[in-house]
Amino acid sequence: MCGICGCGDSGGQSGKFVPIKNMSFSPVMSSFQYHHREDSVEKSRLIQMEVDLLSKNNVYATKNRHYFQEHGVFVLNLVSSPGAGKTTLLVETIKILKNFFPIAVIEGDQQTQHDADRIRATGGRALQINTGRACHLDAQGIGSAMMQLGIENNSFLAIENVGNLVCPSAFDLGEAHKVVVLSVTEGDDKPLKYADMFYAADVMIINKIDLLPYVDFDVARCIAFALQVNPSIHIISLSATKGDNFGEWTHWLRSSMEKVIKSHAL
Amino acid sequence: MHELSLLENVRSILEAHALSENFQIVENITLEIGALSCVELDALTFAFESVMKDSLAEHAELTFKIIEGQGRCVQCSQLTPMSELYDVCVHCGHFRVEILSGLEMKITELKVR
Ligand SMILES: Nc1nc2c(ncn2[C@@H]2O[C@H](COP(=O)(O)OP(=O)(O)OP(=O)(O)O)[C@@H](O)[C@H]2O)c(=O)[nH]1
Ligand SMILES: [Mg+2]
Ligand SMILES: [Zn+2]
Repeated sequence: MCGICGCGDSGGQSGKFVPIKNMSFSPVMSSFQYHHREDSVEKSRLIQMEVDLLSKNNVYATKNRHYFQEHGVFVLNLVSSPGAGKTTLLVETIKILKNFFPIAVIEGDQQTQHDADRIRATGGRALQINTGRACHLDAQGIGSAMMQLGIENNSFLAIENVGNLVCPSAFDLGEAHKVVVLSVTEGDDKPLKYADMFYAADVMIINKIDLLPYVDFDVARCIAFALQVNPSIHIISLSATKGDNFGEWTHWLRSSMEKVIKSHAL
Repeated sequence: MHELSLLENVRSILEAHALSENFQIVENITLEIGALSCVELDALTFAFESVMKDSLAEHAELTFKIIEGQGRCVQCSQLTPMSELYDVCVHCGHFRVEILSGLEMKITELKVR
């Protein structure tokens, strides 16, 4: 009997074996290759379903999120356009907070180990994922990276996504919050131009405010645009290199960490 | 292009359903896409052929069903149409609008044999 449809064909005397050419041979599909077919012309039929295009990623993201909750790991997914200052922000954060709780970083870049090296130089733990042509990290990749990295209980894990304000917005990694970093050299209208990302983020960091005297960037206008896209987004303006208002960020991070550790202890 | 990842997911969904629903060829795939979702239809169509090459959907066609964006205003509680994530309420101009539809990205129907 045909194992696929139970059609009763035992060796091809009556029916025909129809090889399906050039199928992708994932292991699960190979049994399919010589599936029996009654007639050479089969009728088409309709199958109704409701499957999300991100379903595969979301399954892994949910797994990651469970793991993080069980182990008291507070996870942020940092997104921005290239060069907005994600790595600098993390380096300065580690310098200030490394004695308060364990910190680990997963670095996503299309190429190079540079950013992970910068994190390691501070004494922080880091793992670099090179995504090659892919423009975003996905939850499956994070799942294997965190096993490789070994994440401590009651710790902070920062994931620096690939520099890109479009694609990472759709991919849940299992994080507590997406944090979008926007630097003042990029223009104050970015929240509207890349609305998907500002909609998906819970926190927006306006970085490089030390450069405000030199650029045409209206902070109030930028904040108004961000709130228009996402009325509940939390906004912090700072300079990662000069340290202006950096305390607001580390304070937010510490109080978020405390909440996670408390609820993990329960 | 995250459209590539979305299509790769479509392909594995098709392969899984081919086994459970017992079909060998996919002739048409209907995708329900919300007008506010971050999917670019042109990019999806453009990448479709190369992702589906050598699969059971090699010669399949794509049909899009576009779901209009709609929200409910937090201030006046009325329904308001949305064509962008940042649209304000058409009745009172308030910008706090809770999105009810328009973010969908789903496979809803397959034509198979
Ligand atoms: N003036 C100024 N420069 C900054 C600030 N933060 C970062 N930079 C500079 O901006 C450049 C890019 O910073 P990175 O931290 O590498 O940015 P990134 O977002 O990690 O970049 P990618 O990982 O390549 O996307 C570096 O030259 C930083 O020194 C800031 O607050 N003020
Ligand atoms: Mg970086
Ligand atoms: Zn209203």
